Amino acid sequence: MIKTTYSKAIYDGFDYLLENHPEVFILGQGLWSPWYVGNTMNNLETKYGKERIIDTPVSESACTGAAVGASLCGMKPVIVHPRMDFMLYSMDAIVNQAAKWSYMFGGKSNASVTIRAIINRGGCQGAQHSQSLHSWFAHIPGLRVVMPSSVQDARDILVASVLCPDPVIYIDDRWLYDQEDYIDPIIEKNIDYFQPKCIEKGNDITIVCNSYSTFLGKQLKNLLFEREKISAELIDLRSINPLKIDVMVNSVKKTRRLLVIDGGWKSCGLSSEIITSVLENSPTNILKCAPKRITLPNCPAPSSPIHEKIYYPDLDYLFSETIKIFKN
Amino acid sequence: MLDNQKDNDISSIISDDFSYEDINFFDLEKPILEKFLYSMLLIRSCEYKIAEAKKEGLIKGPVHLGVGQEAIAVGIAQNLIKTDRVFGAHRSHSHLLSINQNIHALFAEVLGKVTGFSKGMGGSMHLSNPEKGFYGSVPIVTGTVPLALGAGLAAKLQNSGDIAVAYLGDGATEEGVFHECLNFAKISNTPILFVIENNLFSSHMHISLRQPEETTIRFAKANNIKCELVNGNDVNSIYRVSSSCIEEMRKRPEPFLIEAITYRWFGHVDWREDIDVGVSRSKDDIANWKKKDPIKLLKEAMIHNSYWSISEQESLEDKIQKEITSAWSKAMNDPYPSKDDLLQNVYE
Repeated sequence: MIKTTYSKAIYDGFDYLLENHPEVFILGQGLWSPWYVGNTMNNLETKYGKERIIDTPVSESACTGAAVGASLCGMKPVIVHPRMDFMLYSMDAIVNQAAKWSYMFGGKSNASVTIRAIINRGGCQGAQHSQSLHSWFAHIPGLRVVMPSSVQDARDILVASVLCPDPVIYIDDRWLYDQEDYIDPIIEKNIDYFQPKCIEKGNDITIVCNSYSTFLGKQLKNLLFEREKISAELIDLRSINPLKIDVMVNSVKKTRRLLVIDGGWKSCGLSSEIITSVLENSPTNILKCAPKRITLPNCPAPSSPIHEKIYYPDLDYLFSETIKIFKN
Repeated sequence: MLDNQKDNDISSIISDDFSYEDINFFDLEKPILEKFLYSMLLIRSCEYKIAEAKKEGLIKGPVHLGVGQEAIAVGIAQNLIKTDRVFGAHRSHSHLLSINQNIHALFAEVLGKVTGFSKGMGGSMHLSNPEKGFYGSVPIVTGTVPLALGAGLAAKLQNSGDIAVAYLGDGATEEGVFHECLNFAKISNTPILFVIENNLFSSHMHISLRQPEETTIRFAKANNIKCELVNGNDVNSIYRVSSSCIEEMRKRPEPFLIEAITYRWFGHVDWREDIDVGVSRSKDDIANWKKKDPIKLLKEAMIHNSYWSISEQESLEDKIQKEITSAWSKAMNDPYPSKDDLLQNVYE
């Protein structure tokens, strides 16, 4: 086991894929510049050549479509979007083409493309440099949507995504890049292995989270126990489409309280889907009190520091909101 | 490449009085000419059958017919091999049939039968036959152009010598992603042939109401992409132009653009000629373009030059009609996909 960071783990995933799978190539804006993608892809173009690591023109739509097209011809392309906000230009290639290709043609070919979408927020970047639109993509049949939170998952889910025959949206959050952990050597796993996982056991409340909110959830669990002796069970979603809910259902049967923390918005969002799916598949009156969602406020990301401080839920806020569940 | 004066002048490419006498045979011999005639006639007869079945209500989904435009795909397909990567759009029956003449699989597909090209899951607007090099057609305008770009990029990375072909209409050149693709194709030396079938209409709108010029070849020039404007109703010219550029592209990967001027006889969708999605088209225009019918032009030129006879033509038409009748009746009797297939192939 070696200790590494979340961002280095992503680099290791790319390095492994490029080394072992000649059909893998990567394209996107800023791939030859560490400024765009942190140190997750440093100098890959030197090691593997600019033919395979393609820094592209400013054309999200054409480049994403090109990745989809190459994936139909025996290649395993990864298209990198250094900010998810800019990726909206490529929606046709993702939603109309990649997601539906296999279905429309009776399974004759698959768009085995990986679309890496980076959440890059904070620093008062404001409305168009901050979004996390995972719930949108999770709405679409045919797309797989994965959001690793742990260091090991960052690497292993990347490898599984690229080797998966389906189109995968792989979402990583730059706020996680400096997290450190010990990780095992790489073993290729089918993407279906990376389902929602109970990462901390507990009895009093089920907290469902993903990506950066899992990082917050772990701290929240500790705080709840220290201050209130509340024992929280923590579930890290990892894969949000298709969504397997049995881990959540089983957990709620035990804890009978449900909180979802999500880094997106509330309306028609991932947190709504989790609560609905869990309740639909649980006995009536399974919950002792109303389920709760903690999400972003219902407005675009602000640019002023005074607003930004209250826009992203911090630990104190999470704690005080969670405590309310127990007072109902 | 054409000089600038001719660039936006459609009449210099296909004049009002263009006739069989203007058809050049180059060095083409009878077997290939006969093949062109057969392919064009097969595609047309097939589409007339589809039009009739649509009118009768036997086909439930929309059909976009390309009658009048057959020469383009037929001329280009003659230069393709089955490892090339062809992509189409909403009006793509000819693109597929020009490389695979399995009319039964097309009929079955438009009827939603499991024996169709897309196993009954696509219908007329979503056709796929990757084994023969037809990767897919979809009805989002310009949707497959970037996909073809990626298929060409893959061919280059694979050093295969294969090329990608993106069929698109004049309307598709108005989408932003088309321009992104031209730029990226050029900067990356991708072996992709853009084939613009300029039939002067996008749905009901004439190109003069949508663009400052009636041709679109200027976009290739703006991106330093080699290009040629051709008469889309002259299969021999299309073959000759595409033959030389494709040969070059296989040797040294680079993009190329062909704009073929043509005209569709039917409206944008389904079987009516005179009414085009609610707007009347000029009946005179339709009649004039029918005089420049690509099949009639080739047939008359062949007869005039003693490559072909009226009796040979009659027996060819007879043969094709029999093929149509038999394929249609087989498709009508084929099974639909099973109800359980509704949820299949969403993921592999």
